[in-house]
Amino acid sequence: MSDLLQYAATGIALGSIYALVALGFVTVFAVTGAINFAQGEFVMLGAMIAAQLVHAGMPLPLAAVLAVAGAALAGAALHELGLRPALGRLSPLGLIMITIGAATAIRGMALIAWGTDPFTVPAFTPGPSLDLAGAAVNRQTVWIVATTAIVLALVWFLFQRTTTGRALRACAADLVAARLVGVDPRRMGLVSLTLSGAVGAIGGVVLAPITFASYDMGLMLGLKGFVGAVIGGLASAPGAVAGGLLLGLLEAFATPISSGYKDALAFVVLIAVMLLRPGGIFRGSFARGRI
Amino acid sequence: MTRGDVTAVGVLAALIALAPLVASGYQLSILISTGLYGIATIGLVLLVGLARQVSLGHAAFFGLGAYVSGLLATRAGISPWLTIPAGALAAMAVAYVVGRPVLRLHGHYLAMATLGLGIVFQVVLNEWVDLTRGPSGFGSIPTATLPLPIAGGETASLYLVWLAALAVLALSLWLVRSSPGRALRAIGDSEVASELLGLHTADWKLRVFTLSGAYAGLAGALYANYVTFLSPQPFGFIFSLELLVMAVVGGLASVWGGMVGAFTLVVLTETLRRSLPEWLPGSSGELELVLFGVALAAMVLLRPTGLVGLAAAGLGRARSLRAAPATAEEPLHAG
Repeated sequence: MSDLLQYAATGIALGSIYALVALGFVTVFAVTGAINFAQGEFVMLGAMIAAQLVHAGMPLPLAAVLAVAGAALAGAALHELGLRPALGRLSPLGLIMITIGAATAIRGMALIAWGTDPFTVPAFTPGPSLDLAGAAVNRQTVWIVATTAIVLALVWFLFQRTTTGRALRACAADLVAARLVGVDPRRMGLVSLTLSGAVGAIGGVVLAPITFASYDMGLMLGLKGFVGAVIGGLASAPGAVAGGLLLGLLEAFATPISSGYKDALAFVVLIAVMLLRPGGIFRGSFARGRI
Repeated sequence: MTRGDVTAVGVLAALIALAPLVASGYQLSILISTGLYGIATIGLVLLVGLARQVSLGHAAFFGLGAYVSGLLATRAGISPWLTIPAGALAAMAVAYVVGRPVLRLHGHYLAMATLGLGIVFQVVLNEWVDLTRGPSGFGSIPTATLPLPIAGGETASLYLVWLAALAVLALSLWLVRSSPGRALRAIGDSEVASELLGLHTADWKLRVFTLSGAYAGLAGALYANYVTFLSPQPFGFIFSLELLVMAVVGGLASVWGGMVGAFTLVVLTETLRRSLPEWLPGSSGELELVLFGVALAAMVLLRPTGLVGLAAAGLGRARSLRAAPATAEEPLHAG
């Protein structure tokens, strides 16, 4: 029983990060129609910048804010340099190649800046693991889950209760109609990429203390986040979050069976979901929410 | 195959045949790499440029060809002359089997699915230690020897690789001008319209995917024969990406783009690898990643027809896979 709880805790922590990445995928896809293959690199940037600044002696909260701002800036730059000139002009294939190119370039720059050695980041609140009904729960896990919950609440508020959020949802629902009521889709594209950069980086900052930060962590996290988004139907924010959490749990429970093949599992799930349930595994309004 | 293509293939064959007389061992190794990657890249040009189906997992077919031929040669002691075709056939078979379900997906979904397959393949190479020897790999793969009175080593490899590369080039050039090429081109332009015209688009997509898998497998088998050492590390996502960059940089609109792209990228990477430590002390191949990324994005944004398109525009003639001028100019355009 405590073993199961242990895996569940690990799964929810991992799934929280996937959920944040998946949320970024869905937001950008809904607004711009592009799958942003650089999504995982935002997580890497968040983790690496925070790690670098903490090592340089900066207090953690300030380092975290700067890291998130840095990744948000990277998201904005990707939109302005890569997507803005291409949107509406290039096919999905062309858009994919641009974001893959951007992701690779970001990874390469991180390699040049930080090298191949992983950075360590101290836990936010050091101390022994917490005891949860017999399962040992790492304190950082609590940070990850709590931070994710707060971020999700804020994003929900942004989407539902602010003018910018309504404009974003308008673009996702119908680009032409959004334009007719005075929403500038390009500006919303910029907002969506900046937002997804920030959200991904927050995931990276809270994740860094338990996994190490390295220049190449973004690829796998990005792919797993995408798998989460596809599980949720690639069209709704709640679906993406649920999909990310589900994938995290699935991986955590598969780990004791075969940790080596764990990374392959996500892609088997991905291909199975895309072929069998291309609209995501959730039924009804949950999957059709359009961010 | 146009008359110009026949001449060009003939000239290329002659140049390769004479290369060992003038080129250094290092230059020969660049030509060998160009041939190897060119074979795989031409497969991608047919798949991406002609039929407009993307693959981000072609490194897996390359790796599969390499591992199948390498393992058969070392473990079963079979002659390299048989293991090389076996590698190509194995990749072809796997491409056929996975292609059937996966090609039902479109756009981003297909990209992610092929990417995922590539990663699954690399995980299996790493984990199935009994068969593949895992991450440490294995060496001493026996090399095919040509029945020619020539000095061994680079020259023999050069002739073997380019024998295959020229065959692939000629076959593909012929293919794009024949009825299968027209069918694939139609599918690339519009799957719905092609289906209405009576083309079984699913079958055609599977055929071109299988062929491009076979090309990649052949290239991989030749690679194993050339380097005689295999480990999972080179056959990851970065390599799939590299092949795609080669296709895009060379030009998705022409079979020649595959060769031009492979040559350009091989020379560029080699030059960087050699001269970068002089400009930036302490750095090694790190700029490669940035270069690949920027080259891919910039080429797609600014020159979707690649270097071959650039050269064709310079010559004032459209040497292109596509009949309609609008799409010939911009193979990656929405439309």
